[in-house]
Amino acid sequence: MVAYSKKVMEHFMNPRNVGEIKDADGIGEIGNPVCGDMMSFYIKVKDNKLEDIKFKTFGCGAAIAVSSMVSEAAKGKTLDEALRITNKDIAKKLGGLPKNKLHCSNLGADALHKAIKDYLDKKGK
Amino acid sequence: MNSKIKKDSKKRIFFDNASTTRIDDQVFKEMESYFRENYGNPSSLHDFGELAKSAVESARKKVANLIGASAEEIYFTSCGTESNNLALWGLARALKGKGNHIISSVIEHHSVLNPLKEMKKNGWNISLVPVDECGLINTKDIENEITDSTILISIMHANNEIGTIQKLKEISLIAKKNNIIFHSDGMATAGIIPVNVRELGIDAYSFSAQQLHGPKGVAALFIKKGTRIKPIFLGGTQEKGRRAGTENVPGIVGFGKACELAKIKMEDNIKYISKLRDNLINGIINKVKNVKLNGHTTDRLPGNVHISFKYIEGESILLMLNMEGIAAASGSSCTSQALKSSHVLNAIGLSPTMAQGSVLFSLGKYNTAEEVSRLLEVLPPIVKRLREMSPIYKE
Repeated sequence: MVAYSKKVMEHFMNPRNVGEIKDADGIGEIGNPVCGDMMSFYIKVKDNKLEDIKFKTFGCGAAIAVSSMVSEAAKGKTLDEALRITNKDIAKKLGGLPKNKLHCSNLGADALHKAIKDYLDKKGK
Repeated sequence: MNSKIKKDSKKRIFFDNASTTRIDDQVFKEMESYFRENYGNPSSLHDFGELAKSAVESARKKVANLIGASAEEIYFTSCGTESNNLALWGLARALKGKGNHIISSVIEHHSVLNPLKEMKKNGWNISLVPVDECGLINTKDIENEITDSTILISIMHANNEIGTIQKLKEISLIAKKNNIIFHSDGMATAGIIPVNVRELGIDAYSFSAQQLHGPKGVAALFIKKGTRIKPIFLGGTQEKGRRAGTENVPGIVGFGKACELAKIKMEDNIKYISKLRDNLINGIINKVKNVKLNGHTTDRLPGNVHISFKYIEGESILLMLNMEGIAAASGSSCTSQALKSSHVLNAIGLSPTMAQGSVLFSLGKYNTAEEVSRLLEVLPPIVKRLREMSPIYKE
């Protein structure tokens, strides 16, 4: 089928951190069903660290695997560290993505960063 | 993907018969000697050539017989795409002195839409009529598009994605009344449902062997006797000069056998496959909430089950089904190389979310009731799992 790496398929079939956080400190939503993919990230922050991350994704195998990998890569990291995670890092960690699926990986880190910014905005107020 | 499943071919289930079909064993057997022993070129004068030529001509009769044509009206090509290209370019160029306007529809296959796009750049005027939410063309729309310069109408017999069967007879009457040539892409219908080009009043009809349990790499274009057409391949005098190139003899022999079998077994196959289809449709609707059957409820191909699963995306469903050894297709943008959702689903006005969540299960004569049961077992948990992951899912 689609030429996904083993790592992508593993994350797609067993995605980490799926769900929502009811009292999330920050929420980041990106994409919409019209463009094909949609991701929502929920974060819980403690001592400037991402204590918990959950996500929900509407999209293809790559979109789901990317979300899962982002959540795994960022969990436990400081906010600064998490903000430094790039979409490229995620694609690399997944053993690469088919060329026409790279746009999916572009959503993952962006959604996480949006959630962190949401948290920082709320905190700033 | 999953090596265990791939190795155990018995467990694999092919619900993608709209893409291609498994060759019938009898067809394969019939072809074999034309690779190994009777490998002559039909254009050669010696016995090798003569044998090949008579095999091609005998196949031509069988292919013609499937659609109620006569053998001299059948032209062999290399694939359905070529048949459609030959029909469009060939008929339009032969009629160029008469006019430059062509009418087709928005839900045609790309092997019709893309040539038309190119023809538009080359001075032809193209009108594409819309379809309703079931995928049916309103024949009035065709009538309204007709001008003095309309030379050709090309409308597919049934849609390869949503399975809607068009009212060809009504369209052919309009074409005839206005003295316009009528071509139909019959890739999804020939060998599947009864087709009689005389009764339907068609001037040109494209169909392909691989869609009716024949081999890949061979197709045909029916051109009604007396209809002018210009070749798009120039070379030798094969196919009366209308399609140059050495004939794919084994392929043509296989196509002939496949047409013969399809004709004999048509009624049984329709009965058998429609029953599987209806059981699958009802099973999905009973077991999974928030689904929509796309296409027409009655004017539908016997093997077509086109369903949208709300809140989730098609490629994810296909991947999970594939892990279970089940092959299906989707009109989701994520499954297309161009990352565009299916033009057919857009044309029937399906919302982007529902187009994303569409899956096509296309059934054929080799599918079984057990396979349908198996799909009905594995599909609901897959949908549930993906919905639980979806940010837009509401119970």
